[in-house]
Amino acid sequence: MSGPLRVAVVYPDLLGTYGDGGNGLILARRAEWRGLDVELLQAVSDRPLPEADIYCLGGGEDGPQVRAARTLVDDGTLARRVQGGAVVLAVCAGFQVVGRSFPGADGEPHEGVGLLDIETLKGAGPRAVGEVVAEPEGIEGLPVLTGFENHGGHTMLGEGTVALGRVTAGIGNGDGGRGEGAVAGHVVGTYLHGPVLARNPGLADVLLAWALQGAWLEPLDDSASEGLREERLGTMRRKRLRRRT
Amino acid sequence: MRQQLASAATRAVNAASRRLGRGQGTVAGGRAGLRLDPKLLEHLSAGRQVALVTGTNGKTTTTRLLTVALGATGDEVVSNETGSNMPPGHVAALAGSRATRAVLAVDEVYLPRVLTATAAAAVVLLNLSRDQLDRTNEVRMVAGRWRAALAAAPHTHVVANADDPLVAWGASVARDVHWVGAGLRWQLDAVGCPACEGRIEFGEGGWSCAGCGFARPETEARLVHSAGGMPSGEWADGRTYPVRLALPGRFNQANALMAAVAAEACGVDALIALQAMEQVEEVAGRFTVRPIGEAQARLMLAKNPAGWDELLDLVAGSDAPLVVSINARVADGADPSWLWDVPYERLAGRTVVATGDRYRDLSVRLHYAGVAHTTEADPVQAVVRAADGTGAVVDVIGNYTAFHDLLGAPR
Ligand SMILES: [Zn+2]
Repeated sequence: MSGPLRVAVVYPDLLGTYGDGGNGLILARRAEWRGLDVELLQAVSDRPLPEADIYCLGGGEDGPQVRAARTLVDDGTLARRVQGGAVVLAVCAGFQVVGRSFPGADGEPHEGVGLLDIETLKGAGPRAVGEVVAEPEGIEGLPVLTGFENHGGHTMLGEGTVALGRVTAGIGNGDGGRGEGAVAGHVVGTYLHGPVLARNPGLADVLLAWALQGAWLEPLDDSASEGLREERLGTMRRKRLRRRT
Repeated sequence: MRQQLASAATRAVNAASRRLGRGQGTVAGGRAGLRLDPKLLEHLSAGRQVALVTGTNGKTTTTRLLTVALGATGDEVVSNETGSNMPPGHVAALAGSRATRAVLAVDEVYLPRVLTATAAAAVVLLNLSRDQLDRTNEVRMVAGRWRAALAAAPHTHVVANADDPLVAWGASVARDVHWVGAGLRWQLDAVGCPACEGRIEFGEGGWSCAGCGFARPETEARLVHSAGGMPSGEWADGRTYPVRLALPGRFNQANALMAAVAAEACGVDALIALQAMEQVEEVAGRFTVRPIGEAQARLMLAKNPAGWDELLDLVAGSDAPLVVSINARVADGADPSWLWDVPYERLAGRTVVATGDRYRDLSVRLHYAGVAHTTEADPVQAVVRAADGTGAVVDVIGNYTAFHDLLGAPR
């Protein structure tokens, strides 16, 4: 790769709720701390999407979500860059946006960017809100995943798309199985907030390694994240035990 | 009869709960009363002039300021300033008082219900930004509900912040709006036009949507900062009054101007109102220096990114030791992801201690923000450690329950 590693936070003006912008910051810092040259771009929706090596999409409300999908489809850069090997981390509304279709506020389906063969429908029941623990499945070598979900959609995975994890606590994709998120190639979708990379630095390093064509990444001081993971996972373990007794 | 019974029940539960040392008992008493008479808030509001204050940030302070302002002419004023912002809290406050004027802080989501029940003379709409998203009160939806409620309340004076597009959209259907240029530092929640989902551009004298032309309304009064001088309220009719507060921060000056315009709508001269507000030194424990453990601390409350943005501004430039305390209990919202929307990078170089139930979430955030810090699970110990025996007054910023934990901490 020539030039700096470019990490783009996609449309923070539309997909900016829930602190998911933190994922871009975490990727940039983790690259920087390893001595790499990094550029963190806040890609606002009224300008052409910049060329980047990693794209991060976050959560958002119904109206802005529809607008983000339409703008990304019209712009074309994201789909083209993924063809060229760019890495995508898409969270919540962003996860739905990179699929084939998702529901708007009225429940009507809207066209997504189609980077993942997934389809999201409006859920009938209450929103899935709460802590999630998931055993990793779609990416090898990751430790257990932890995050906080808050969504109303049911996401179905198509052929050739695998779940990011299997939930052991929480709802996840809500498709009847216990899948959480989806992975295809270098595109990762998930419902996990926290933001997801703050709680799962291992996933951050997988995304960085993909963007750096498998370059070896030296370990970082992740004691703060480790402390957070232990506390969150411990809280959920205790909750499960209480429920059993 | 049913109403008198319900009202008496509210008072009885309030008194019992105070005797038992369970705070003001406002919520328990109010709930008991509302169970006996679901229309209790309607009944208790009848014959009073009620003013409501709502918005994501500044409700408690503005309610306090407006209460003092309306009392400036000698009238007794009742308010829920230390109680809950939901109907049980409103009922409890009103049941215990014969005051002819009432000022009620109202949770944003409850505004439509409380507006209908109280037939309020005035409503103050401060601002609207993200807060506790895991409860799914998405801000645009809330603005939409305000809109429907205000359209159905033609006799209410609506005092609205013209600088907040979401507030402006919510208020623009009301028959009688007093637009105030109160400012809006936090613009991230407002970039999508609430009317057409186009993009809102913020510029020098205001904001407008390129898509549909929705734009900042002309104001009746606005907050003006002359270079180096005292902030003042400038009315479109030519009046200029100084906004001179004992409370710190630009956001409190904006709250005071909103309260002054509301006071005028309720029949109290704005100048007299502003002068009365000068005497307010603390609001429900905020901003005053108090002992915590063996240390002295100035407690401040910020519960969402917009509120943090204002407070980080206020503490920037100070080199006082700083404690940040974060909880994620029911009243705070269970997901502290919003920490990543707060520009904690501004604290680089400060001595920071992270505490509260969720100090680990905060610690990760500060780590990536490049802010050196230590962690301490116990909030009182965190304050003591931050003071480090120097006698320095420690700045403490907590979110909702974290702030109240320290406010109630033994001295
Ligand atoms: Zn518009």
